[in-house]
Amino acid sequence: MTDATYIPQPAAGTKRSSAWSRGLAHFRYVMTSNPVTFLAFVLLAGMIVIALFGPMLVPHDPLATISDKALKPPSAEHWFGTDQLGRDVFSRVIVATRLDLLISVSAVALSFFVGAAMGACAGYWGGWFDKLSGRFLDTIMAFPLFVLAMGIVAAAGNTIQNIVIATAIINLPFYARVARAEVSIRRNAGYVQAARLSGNSELRILIWKIMPNTLPPMMVQLSLNMGWAILNAAGLSFIGLGVRPPTAEWGIMVAEGANYIVSGEWWLALFPGAALMLAVFTFNLLGDGLRDLVDPQRRT
Amino acid sequence: MNQLAIILARVLQAIPTIFGIVVVTFLLTRALPGDPAAYFAGASATPESIAEIRGKLGLDQPLPLQFVAYVKDLATGNLGQSISTGQPVATELLRRLPASLELTLFALLLSVGVAVPLGVLAAVRQDSWVDQLCRFVVTAGVSLPTFFTGLLLVYVFYFLLGWAPAPLGRLDMLHIPPPQVTGFLVIDGLIAREWGSAWSAFKQLLLPGITLALFTLAPIARMTRASMLQALSSEYLRTARAAGLSSGRVLMVYAFRNALLPVVTTLGMVFSFTLGANVLVEKVFAWPGIGSFAIEALVVSDYAAVQGFVLSMAVLFVLLNLTIDTLYTLIDPRVRIEG
Repeated sequence: MTDATYIPQPAAGTKRSSAWSRGLAHFRYVMTSNPVTFLAFVLLAGMIVIALFGPMLVPHDPLATISDKALKPPSAEHWFGTDQLGRDVFSRVIVATRLDLLISVSAVALSFFVGAAMGACAGYWGGWFDKLSGRFLDTIMAFPLFVLAMGIVAAAGNTIQNIVIATAIINLPFYARVARAEVSIRRNAGYVQAARLSGNSELRILIWKIMPNTLPPMMVQLSLNMGWAILNAAGLSFIGLGVRPPTAEWGIMVAEGANYIVSGEWWLALFPGAALMLAVFTFNLLGDGLRDLVDPQRRT
Repeated sequence: MNQLAIILARVLQAIPTIFGIVVVTFLLTRALPGDPAAYFAGASATPESIAEIRGKLGLDQPLPLQFVAYVKDLATGNLGQSISTGQPVATELLRRLPASLELTLFALLLSVGVAVPLGVLAAVRQDSWVDQLCRFVVTAGVSLPTFFTGLLLVYVFYFLLGWAPAPLGRLDMLHIPPPQVTGFLVIDGLIAREWGSAWSAFKQLLLPGITLALFTLAPIARMTRASMLQALSSEYLRTARAAGLSSGRVLMVYAFRNALLPVVTTLGMVFSFTLGANVLVEKVFAWPGIGSFAIEALVVSDYAAVQGFVLSMAVLFVLLNLTIDTLYTLIDPRVRIEG
């Protein structure tokens, strides 16, 4: 993932390897000088492992209900306690990782690709498409974004697929704007003119010469945005949209646990909420770290 | 160009935005899959009754004509009927709006009151404990799901410590709401000199307000710190110091006033987040605002109510941004000169 942020400039073979090693050296420098970023990478790796293999590793069936074991506090057998139906909260939190990451990753990926394409075309050719897409993005941004997502899901239907689409739409402006800005400053750069002179088509120049150079800032935007996307998706399922019970998902688990907070059964809501927080935290740290890696000037 | 003309020009700029919002909310109701007429007619409807309802709702007209009818309805304040309560949506929203506004404004006041001094101190004493605290608050603040923070606060301050009242609405059972003047229960209570009601309303407001404030704290503190740092390293500040002005005057008058401008701009984005987070906080605290109304409407797929909610939130957001820009014109003399 880190390597992807360092796209070597098209250059002679020897220079390429030195660019790589310089990139690696810089990566190592950022990692050692900022252990927090290193921690974020470790957390991310852990989350990916849990998302891939979690369902195989959990001690209990996340959907199995045992009525005589309902609402038991955390113990040696049930590390995070059991919920109102006697389901093991630990197993549910672990299993939910896959769904939560899947929703937010597909939403962010969707808005990344659509936003990049839209912003790139607008930035490269300008003209009516630029004006039109600019107006469209402004209109999206004129809404409070979470509220717009609620409206989209309400109108399009209450499914997980629509949660993904709604989250993608409200994230779209961020990617499209970065892509537009990055492409438009490069559209007449020296190497672009050289490529044009040597007979490359406009589309080829845009995709193969300019886009790779816009990737670093896009990647930073991606990881900064990821945490926000997770929060939004979980927020939507917290208010009862998208994921339906008994599916294990962090937002809906917190919503179910909310009813038991006032009577003191804290473990129902705390653990899924903490997992959610950890995931968002990881992506935010990662985003800050990647930004340092790509653009040391913008360090705060 | 005088200030009034600039503000007027800015108001005119908001018109295309509002038009865009109206188009989007219209498309959300009409152009999406599913037949609203079949939906309103219910499960046991015959083709004739569906056709009748389609005619009554104007859905048999071409889309542009439907849009004109929609805009006409909006112009007269008609947002349609809520099928869950049977009341006009506009009435329902207006009745609940003060509760939401009270919560949102209180939270923003709270978070600006904490975040701005925190950001300024963090910038002035860079790398001190205040700066570390600021960094921690900023990182934690953006990672905390609002609904989760709210639940944690309820658990600690209601269940464990017993300091806060039960998270059930704006006023406990023992008090009757004071006569409505502003719709803000705390202020109404003070106006009516019903100290008990005002105090009770304030106690109910505190936890949801803090929850929402925690969420908005991070971006404001981050921006204040960054822009204050920028102002502190500027040349006009060095000149001011070199000219022998007292450090208090340098900080508060020259640095702070200049640092405030980017913060005011950030407030627009913060509002967007706040209005969204408001919905979640209202659900956690059973706050009877328009967010709770929208969630109830969502559960029973009450179309008109949800669309009315989305529309009014968007218009509210545009108005808040307009207020901010007006404020900006008043604070920053450069805007006036450039205009």
